[in-house]
Amino acid sequence: MLEFIISKYNFWLYVILMMIGLYAMLAKRNLVKKLIGMNIFQTAIILFYVSIGVKKGSVHVPIIVDSHGHGAQLIHAADYLNPLPHVLMLTAIVVSIATTGVALAVLILIYRRYQTLNEDEIIHIRQARQKAGV
Amino acid sequence: MAQQFPALIIVIPLLAALLTAPIGAINRRLCYPWLVFIIGVTLVLALGLMIQIINSGPISYAMGGWKPPWGIEYKIDQLNALMMVLISGAGFLGALYSGPSFTKELPGRQTAATALYFLMITGLLGIVVTGDLFNIFVFLEIASLSGYGLIACGSEDAPLATFRYIIMGTIGASCYLLGVGYLYISTGSLNLADLHHLLPPLYHSRVVLTAAALMLVGISLKMALFPLHAWLPEAYFEAPSTVSGVVAPLYTKVGGYLMIRIIYNLFEPKFFIETFPITTILSWTAIIALLIGSIYAIAQKDLKKMLCYSVIAQVGYIVLGIALANQAGFTSAILTIVNEVCTKSCIFLATGAIIYRLGNSRIDNLQHLYRRMPWTMLAFTIGAFSMVGIPPTCGFFSKLYLLCGCVAAGRWAFIAALLLSTILNVIYFFRVIKAACFENPQPDYSRSEAYPLVEVDEVPLAMLLPILLAASAIIITGLGSNWLVTNIITPILPLGF
Repeated sequence: MLEFIISKYNFWLYVILMMIGLYAMLAKRNLVKKLIGMNIFQTAIILFYVSIGVKKGSVHVPIIVDSHGHGAQLIHAADYLNPLPHVLMLTAIVVSIATTGVALAVLILIYRRYQTLNEDEIIHIRQARQKAGV
Repeated sequence: MAQQFPALIIVIPLLAALLTAPIGAINRRLCYPWLVFIIGVTLVLALGLMIQIINSGPISYAMGGWKPPWGIEYKIDQLNALMMVLISGAGFLGALYSGPSFTKELPGRQTAATALYFLMITGLLGIVVTGDLFNIFVFLEIASLSGYGLIACGSEDAPLATFRYIIMGTIGASCYLLGVGYLYISTGSLNLADLHHLLPPLYHSRVVLTAAALMLVGISLKMALFPLHAWLPEAYFEAPSTVSGVVAPLYTKVGGYLMIRIIYNLFEPKFFIETFPITTILSWTAIIALLIGSIYAIAQKDLKKMLCYSVIAQVGYIVLGIALANQAGFTSAILTIVNEVCTKSCIFLATGAIIYRLGNSRIDNLQHLYRRMPWTMLAFTIGAFSMVGIPPTCGFFSKLYLLCGCVAAGRWAFIAALLLSTILNVIYFFRVIKAACFENPQPDYSRSEAYPLVEVDEVPLAMLLPILLAASAIIITGLGSNWLVTNIITPILPLGF
């Protein structure tokens, strides 16, 4: 059992992180904490992708030293880490930053309208307004 | 030139979004003609691609010259071309409509809204043009992020609704991304067509099954399939009129397109029948969605909110068509997408016009609207007929195919549910028509003013024209549904039914 956990520790770590994020998004009443949960959730997936680039016995980062046409060494793909997941995650990091930015801007709008970021209080204020409106 | 169309259709609106800021800085009023012009060009490109594909078959475009499966492949078959025409068409109608609507609802913010509008169209077109799973994720997020921005511009409570949408949308996109990662672990490829060949030997691997489940849940969240629909009504209700007139017809339908691609082009229906009965689960969820959506719609007192619940019900029709996994079901899923884009665009834009004149869209406020805004209400009635499924509108044909699909699958319970939901549709749409047509605030028959003179007070032509165009599109797609089936849907019917 222990060996099973240790041999796949990257998967365990990302699942634990993801569940922390999911818990924060579902259970926290403060909108900023929900946003932090969302970030943890996205980061967990990014770490998962980065960890799958590793291959057994590969030590080099994929920088090709001598590849100016002639005289290039034969490259053994097995010696190198798989760079593709890392490249994908550069894009995913940009996406996650953009999402955080939009969400923060929306949170500023929410704070200006209700003077609070607690979801319960906002619902309370909205109900009071609806009653006053009727 | 013509072979560069697949790239141009993405690049043109993307560059236009960047150029909007300097153009808006010169004069804010230039944004409107700029938006209409560029989206018009996109529509022409989409139509050009569609003609090219109907004449000479699917196109594969290697982005940047990198050959698939290593590079990003833009693969366009009949379904992609159809979706592109629908997206740029509905986008064009929204762009025409945006002039007076943005000026009234977002005064001083037209430049930013126009730029976001371009990005939204770029993202939606990107989702349907690309054949690379990770690329789909990126475009999905471009479309969603610009959608969040546009919805947040709406009314008083819009930011809170948007925040909830952001949380749910991000969970959906992350689930999809995780599914893609699992497929990458087990096959080492991200190309949709390549994966279709690599996956069959791995069908009994638990990793592939998890990937399929994660991707389908992610897409269901994005397309608001019951019970993952809670974010939708509020977000679409609070959005500005133009935005809800474009977001409501397009976002959930693009989700439907992705679901078709995942079930039929990435995996095969065989996979779901042999390993895990996802199609059965989906079809039952769809049935609940179309009943619950209609029941909630009846309970609403506000026209726009009612239509938001109707979107949820329609997602049920699309998913049911997909999940039946037979020819008639598949045909009905695509026809429902076509019908939904035309109808929801017509009805939401008409509701926006009502809000433009009346200030709100409460159903008991609509009296005499047929005499006050005759053209808008004519278009609304055509839309309502199509939602109910009265011939010759497109809604009739999509429902007919769906019923045929249920008969072919031998699912008699589904037929009962479909007929019930049609009756519910009749109730909630005819309630609006009754309020607008037959109800009199103070029926005082003793006096000659029992039917007071109501002056015609239509919205500006720039808003009326897209509404009427959408209404005529409903009739045209209905009359031309036979052409759609033979030229678009039959060539892409998956093998093995």
